[in-house]
Amino acid sequence: MIEKTAGELLALQASGSASALAITDAFLTAIRDRDERVKAYMHVDEAAARAQAQAVDDRRKKGEPLGPLAGVPIAIKDVLCTKGIPTTCSSKILQHFVPPYDAHVITKLKDAGAILIGKTNMDEFAMGSSTENSAYFTTRNPWDLERIPGGSSGGSAAAVAACEAAISIGSDTGGSIRQPASLCGIVGIKPTYGRVSRYGLIAFASSLDQIGPFTHDVSDAALLMEVIAGHDPRDSTSIDQPVPAYSKTLEQPVKGLKIGVPKEFFGEGLDPEVEAAIRNGLKEYQKQGATLVDVSLPHSPYAVAVYYLVATAEASSNLARYDGMHYGHRTSVKGDLVSTYSKSRGEGFGKEVQRRIMLGTYALSSGYKDAYYLKALKVRRLIKNDFDEAFKKCDVVMGPTAPTAAFKRGEKTDNPLAMYLSDIYTISCNLAGIAGMSIPCGFTKSNLPIGLQILAGPFEEEKMLRIARMHERATDWHTRRPKL
Amino acid sequence: MDIDEVRKVARLARLDLSDADLGVMAKQLSAILQYVDQLKELNTDGVEPMAHPLPVQNVFRADEPAESLPVAEALRNAPIRHGDFFGVPAVLDPADDLSH
Repeated sequence: MIEKTAGELLALQASGSASALAITDAFLTAIRDRDERVKAYMHVDEAAARAQAQAVDDRRKKGEPLGPLAGVPIAIKDVLCTKGIPTTCSSKILQHFVPPYDAHVITKLKDAGAILIGKTNMDEFAMGSSTENSAYFTTRNPWDLERIPGGSSGGSAAAVAACEAAISIGSDTGGSIRQPASLCGIVGIKPTYGRVSRYGLIAFASSLDQIGPFTHDVSDAALLMEVIAGHDPRDSTSIDQPVPAYSKTLEQPVKGLKIGVPKEFFGEGLDPEVEAAIRNGLKEYQKQGATLVDVSLPHSPYAVAVYYLVATAEASSNLARYDGMHYGHRTSVKGDLVSTYSKSRGEGFGKEVQRRIMLGTYALSSGYKDAYYLKALKVRRLIKNDFDEAFKKCDVVMGPTAPTAAFKRGEKTDNPLAMYLSDIYTISCNLAGIAGMSIPCGFTKSNLPIGLQILAGPFEEEKMLRIARMHERATDWHTRRPKL
Repeated sequence: MDIDEVRKVARLARLDLSDADLGVMAKQLSAILQYVDQLKELNTDGVEPMAHPLPVQNVFRADEPAESLPVAEALRNAPIRHGDFFGVPAVLDPADDLSH
């Protein structure tokens, strides 16, 4: 039961072979059995999950209309506000925070009948690439418990890969959905900036953050995108454009498909086993009649540098709200206003968050703003222009999602820069605001998953999903599950 | 970045860091700044800075009254509460301190 996709779980219920409650119980059992080892979840409320499932079963019995995700257990990254349910962002500063409202995406999921089974672990404030920056514990990669699941949405990725939830939600600021999806052997999407409302998403870098799905396969991803995408007046950057019926067109291959292959994504630092799997994936498309086109993203080698100025500058401003006054941790050391702010923040934020606040504050400070922040914004424009040029020659750009498969715990924790470089292929997508996803495309010899990244122009999710499905239909990587 | 510069930035960021932390931070931030200095290689004369990827500006919504959060809900996460108010350290007169 737990290894099934959301689509299969919906079919089981429709045919009367399983109830939402039976499905939910199966996943709750899996969490009890496995999560001690995987450590994907921050918070699980079994009674609340079972009550939601019972409500779905009651509606079905009465013949009332059911949402598109009715009875499907979903895990939520602990960065999204959930009314009455603790939301920590895996930070000590929000240890006892219980939001008084639901994020837009949570409202949409509840309306769709999804069973909110729990909140998942992450790098504190979504800052990290391994989930080792959680203030609470490190999530493990279900394929090898000695390795990291990727990050920052590592808990949500591990929950789906370990079959402790059928689907899950993450957020992606520089690769935080695509990189863990790749490292855990599942599908992950970063939608176009503005496609999904950020209302109720705890902000990291507001011009880069997007919420997106983790799933076992592309059709589940299409289904989940249909539910969470769309305009919301509460987020002024949410774009008022109709949401295509992604699942309806999914099985239509793109005729005359042109795939842009940027040489910059196949250079130094790319693991040979990863490269081989990506080249194999590209061959699969060629077999189906696609043409590979050489494209160049000449400014992409600068993406990590741009990102660590833009994202930290925005974070230093966004995280100024955690001052111990209205909610969150307040120091017990008595003092004046400024020392209460500073002590609360010094005690409540972890090292990586402090490092990024410092870098962002420096980049925005008087005398340095032009040299760092404004310079980065100009190069950001050049990175976007590169994509505009590339998309004139191709439908999508493809390459590896991450330079290596999952690395070992502790391998990069002492070297922030080495950790940052694990996002080298995912970051430019956020800077340009385009759509991107990762799909499973192979395994290393030591049985670690490898992900193929597909990048598409703004609001081209429909085409991107159809193209992802072309690869999935011809391969079986997405059907594999780790032994746990 | 030397330790005095790091201390100044920490003050601007309202982060109380120990001297040991400041020392580590100086080393790590210097390494990161050295890395981002590669941006200086690029000629960006005449390039418009890009603050966000959207082609939209100044989005307004209709000015319609709607329900807001009830006081009890808004105060539920307050570290210190005084009646219907947040308890905070004195801003002007030390006698007004309600921080603990």
